[in-house]
Amino acid sequence: MLRRGAPMPIKSYLAYPVSGRLDELAAALRRLPGCEVIPAVNRDLLVLVTDSPDEAAEAALGLELAEVPALQALALVAGLGDAAIDPAPPISSARHSSGGRS
Amino acid sequence: MTRRDLLKSMAAAAAVSAAEAAFPGIVFPAQDKAAPAGGGPPAPALPNDPNLAWKKTPCRFCGVGCGLLVGISNGRAVAVKGDPASPVNRGLACVKGYHSVMALYGKDRLTRAMVRKDGKLVPVPMKEALDLVASKMAETIKSHGKDAVAMYGSGQWTIPDGYVASKFMKGAIGTNNLEGNARLCMASAVTGFMTSFGLDEPMGCYEDIDHADVFVLWGNNMAEMHPVLFSRLLERRLKNPDVKIIDLATRWTRTSMAADRSILFKPQTDLAIANAICHEIIRNDWVHAGFVRDHVSFHEGKTNIGYGLEDKFTFKDEPKTVGFERYRELLGDYTVEKVEALSGVPARELRYLASLYGDPKKKVMSLWCMGFNQHTRGTWINNLVYNIHLLVGKIATPGNSPFSLTGQPSACGTVREVGTLTQRLPHGDVTEEKARKLAAEIWGVPVERIAPKPTYHTVEMFRAVDRGDIRFLWIQVTNPMVTMPKLRRYRDGLKKDDRFIVVSDVYPTPTTDVADVILPAACWIEREGMFGNSERRTQHWDRLLPPPGEAMSDTWQIIEVARRMGFEKLFPWPEATHIPEIWKEYTRFQAGPEHEMAPYDELRRRPGVIWPFVNGKETKWRYNGQYDPAAKGAFDFYGKPDRRAWIWFRPYEAPPEVPDAQYPFWLNTGRVLEHWHTGSLTRRIPVLHQAVPAAYVELHPTDAQRLGIANGQRVRLTSRRGALVLPAQIDGRARPPEGQVFVPFFDEALLINELTLDAFCPISGQPDYKKCAVKVERA
Repeated sequence: MLRRGAPMPIKSYLAYPVSGRLDELAAALRRLPGCEVIPAVNRDLLVLVTDSPDEAAEAALGLELAEVPALQALALVAGLGDAAIDPAPPISSARHSSGGRS
Repeated sequence: MTRRDLLKSMAAAAAVSAAEAAFPGIVFPAQDKAAPAGGGPPAPALPNDPNLAWKKTPCRFCGVGCGLLVGISNGRAVAVKGDPASPVNRGLACVKGYHSVMALYGKDRLTRAMVRKDGKLVPVPMKEALDLVASKMAETIKSHGKDAVAMYGSGQWTIPDGYVASKFMKGAIGTNNLEGNARLCMASAVTGFMTSFGLDEPMGCYEDIDHADVFVLWGNNMAEMHPVLFSRLLERRLKNPDVKIIDLATRWTRTSMAADRSILFKPQTDLAIANAICHEIIRNDWVHAGFVRDHVSFHEGKTNIGYGLEDKFTFKDEPKTVGFERYRELLGDYTVEKVEALSGVPARELRYLASLYGDPKKKVMSLWCMGFNQHTRGTWINNLVYNIHLLVGKIATPGNSPFSLTGQPSACGTVREVGTLTQRLPHGDVTEEKARKLAAEIWGVPVERIAPKPTYHTVEMFRAVDRGDIRFLWIQVTNPMVTMPKLRRYRDGLKKDDRFIVVSDVYPTPTTDVADVILPAACWIEREGMFGNSERRTQHWDRLLPPPGEAMSDTWQIIEVARRMGFEKLFPWPEATHIPEIWKEYTRFQAGPEHEMAPYDELRRRPGVIWPFVNGKETKWRYNGQYDPAAKGAFDFYGKPDRRAWIWFRPYEAPPEVPDAQYPFWLNTGRVLEHWHTGSLTRRIPVLHQAVPAAYVELHPTDAQRLGIANGQRVRLTSRRGALVLPAQIDGRARPPEGQVFVPFFDEALLINELTLDAFCPISGQPDYKKCAVKVERA
């Protein structure tokens, strides 16, 4: 199994605006702490990257995101912590059981 | 750059990749101002950091050959961005590229040599392991002959790796038992080029994308397999709305979603479809008569050529030159109506395809990769797509380009150009006296030492190990105990008591599991090297990091063993300068306007150089006198004795195993965006592993419903060779047609190649991983 980092202060999402309100959504998200926004050029969708100092701040940010009127839906893509840059061998527990030579 | 900055850029790249997967064609602005706007993930945000040094390298993964800049800080690779100076990717990278450096730091990196003692692998000093490899190799030659030892490398070998392997096996030992895993991925492309043009590798380059009006993708899921290059197609269409992308495939994929038209055909019938297009081109008088008259000749070869299912299978074609009328007559069986019945593609779609190729106002690029090459008639289908382009004269000019893509970063540069295949030398074939003489002269060995006959291509090589004709096998940079078809036979063969298996790799794999000796290898930027990509571009990188522990480059491992076996004079180079000296020696083979390589200093300076590199200039379009200094006249297909490109009549022939009452489904296998080949690197990158943690079987929803299988439920697949249980995926990232299932091969815990068939193209020796018959049941 993949070893997950803990805490996981950096996350990325796909953010879907309420129809016709992409610009409003981008502006609102940019005002929130630790949020970076990359809007798509040719589709009503943006990438949101959040960077929270700790789990409490992340939870608070989550509540603020829920209150953004132009936001229709958020889809979490990645959640990264320090472990993500120092990878464990995720496949080691799932090695093929054919066995070696004897 | 801080650790958090890197994590943020990785998170952003993952999200952009996810968006691209969900909405092919979606475009995000480039984050790096030096990169152009366009498709693909944004380059990471890059704060100033005085300790960060950016160094150029080609990407470690696919054959596109993206230029990357790797950020090195305090002796560690901490960041990656696309190289804006690279003409390949223009500052972009895919999700694998952005995370590539993390593959260096898995906690189970092999850092010490291991030797099997009393059945168990135990660590030993590298010197002791190299001594053992050399002594075992010498002992095997003494007791069983030079053809009892073999080496098996890959398209992930650097050019110097492959060169010293060729010199060692063919020039020093004197055996042609040298193969590369590229035999499994592009051998049919090579034989396609050789039979149609007499010379390997594409005539065009990626710049064709900037000129083409139509892209026809033949069995090629570019959106996942060549994502950065695919983003260039999407960018071209975004700026030119009349541009069309046609996806011609056996399974609906992300590429189909992004295409203007998706056309599904029954497996193997691409042969008939290509002939139908040619038939329609001739019927409508769309043939470019002048081009055909001046630059093309017509040929036919043997038919009913077999499938290589039996050991020691041999095949030799008997080409016969014919005229245009004979060719037209042979195409008579391929009317669009007849081919509709065979392929399932409506006649109107076949006419539409032909009209795209036939329209003199449209520039057409055809692209393909494993769908064509992993095919029991792989050489033929490569020939057939060239036939189409040749009939209408759409070849070797900007935007008119039949383009064979490769899967690995140096399948072209190493396996094809250096020639790490049984039949090849760095210039020419072993069967050619002139080629042997040139090799003997450059290598400083007696010409008699270079064996004039090829021995075994990959499948036959592993069969020879199983039979005992080969007793010693050294495997570098590849994982055949995941990738060989009909895997059980070949794994059992390698595990036999009197076989000696050496494996050089970066991480433990199912192949190191069967090794007698494991040599820890330096990975990618831990050593200096060069790769050659799909567009004839050679790219150099410096050693940017020290390898961990006693890990050593594959090049230097071979040199160490060769010296121990008494071949010091053939490998005299000091360690500090061995790469430039190898390059200097190797490029003597390629001297001349047909294949001149760039000097070492030029390679170091530039983000890759396309060969032939003549008088300081790249040759972007071969065979075209306007661009190619080797060409005489407007077009000159100088690879063939008649200086013409060859159109071959190649018929449709059925595959060796088709679904029946007992095994009613087609099994197709392949790759996914997030994982590189067998996953030994990418599955150690948590972000990529999390995205696709395990293999699965794709089913059509109608089949799933009929069999009572829900998404995620366990499914048993059974072929005549083995069985495997894995979770169902229904309408995930792709959808096979009814009666077909698809399984990715990256997962070493779920070895789909236990089920596949070891049938191969008789001309290329490349196996077909795309078609065999299976039974599907709820487990």
